[in-house]
Amino acid sequence: MEFRHSHASHCESGVMSAMLRHHGLPLSEAMVFGLSSALSFAYLPIVRINGLPLVAYRMPPRFIIRGLQKPLGLKMRFETFRRPEDGELRLDALLAEGRVVGLQTSVFWLPYMPPDLRFHFNAHNVIAYGRDPGGDYRLSDPVIEEPVTCTPADLARARFAKGMLAPRGLVYYPLGEPHEPAWEKALPAAIRKTTRIMLDSPLPIIGVRGIRRLANAIGRLDSGHDAVRSKLFVGQVVRMQEEIGTGGGGFRYLYAAFLQEAADHLARPALAGLADTLVDIGDEWREFALATARMIRDRDPLEPPRLAALLRALADREQAFFTDLRRAA
Amino acid sequence: MRDADVPQEGNRTLAGHRKAVYARGSDGRLAIVASAGWEVEEIVTRQAVEDLERLAADARARVLAGEASPLEFHMHRQRMDVPLLAQATGLWQWRIRRHFRPAVFTRLAPALLARYADALGMSVDALRRVD
Repeated sequence: MEFRHSHASHCESGVMSAMLRHHGLPLSEAMVFGLSSALSFAYLPIVRINGLPLVAYRMPPRFIIRGLQKPLGLKMRFETFRRPEDGELRLDALLAEGRVVGLQTSVFWLPYMPPDLRFHFNAHNVIAYGRDPGGDYRLSDPVIEEPVTCTPADLARARFAKGMLAPRGLVYYPLGEPHEPAWEKALPAAIRKTTRIMLDSPLPIIGVRGIRRLANAIGRLDSGHDAVRSKLFVGQVVRMQEEIGTGGGGFRYLYAAFLQEAADHLARPALAGLADTLVDIGDEWREFALATARMIRDRDPLEPPRLAALLRALADREQAFFTDLRRAA
Repeated sequence: MRDADVPQEGNRTLAGHRKAVYARGSDGRLAIVASAGWEVEEIVTRQAVEDLERLAADARARVLAGEASPLEFHMHRQRMDVPLLAQATGLWQWRIRRHFRPAVFTRLAPALLARYADALGMSVDALRRVD
């Protein structure tokens, strides 16, 4: 069967949506994202990227791929390699079998990426679905509108990049065929898991508590002589929320799309109403992004306490939202 | 966000690409809309890129002044830092920092230079120069 590329907002959910469709189970990107309970918030001050703390609006890499196995009765096979030559041979063998193969890559070494977006981020997912007559790999990168090609040397470099979350040549593909989930059971379970992540984390850096912890850290930032550093900190938060393929509003719109689909499957209009609330919350995240960008460009004076107040309001709204969602699930 | 409100103002960091965002259509359903870019994203992306470019420009000036080796410039030009370069080469961080000294760098063994060149995705020749 011919593989079909589709444009998605997030690489991991986009890859899994396209891969499942190829194996006969058409699930939207939003359904893939929600069913694997991938929505989250995490503020990790210990993990530093270029000296700035990591902020994430979703669960860690591979969470979506792994999380779909149970509801879809699917076994995913993961293979990593010590030597690049082995990884290349294995990928070629899998493609020769006619498979479509998920790959973990480093954004920096993918030549088709816009230069300004080529940072050393090692957990970018793409699908390889063949080679063209010249030997280049045909790739389906969900965040790019059209399919792309990549030379073997460039792809090897991207697959065997070093550093945090090093891909070690990871390839993944399903064993067997995916099954349509038992919606009545799988959807409430997935939603409840997300509410647990957002509301009940024992760590003060995950979920709603993580948003408050980040608000406190931003509130303490210096707006005087260290303003450049403070601006890089808040700029990084907005990059994680908007630039890094989230579909807008730090994945909140994407999850709202999932809730609309869930409402249809379960015939529960309450979930559609909650989707509307979550869209409003996504809009509020984008207002926070706008306020931050204006301060970075000195259109407004840098006032960390004002940004902290916006985040605390968001934390309150999300706490109320996920409490309601738990009741509705 | 309504589909008509999806920013289409352009974002030069996307270099002509469009990205998928989710927005509400007139029927209230959320669906993917291709966005040509939002200025907010351009601001924060450029901020991050400019910070990396500043590090590379600083290093370049120090190389030309004889205070640093080309290795330091090329590390920053490839948007790496010392911990990442250490992981990519398998060398200790202190050793890499030592190789930032011009006198030490000029005496490096060809094998070590090749290791750096490979990790940085460039030729040994280019590694010895700053252009």
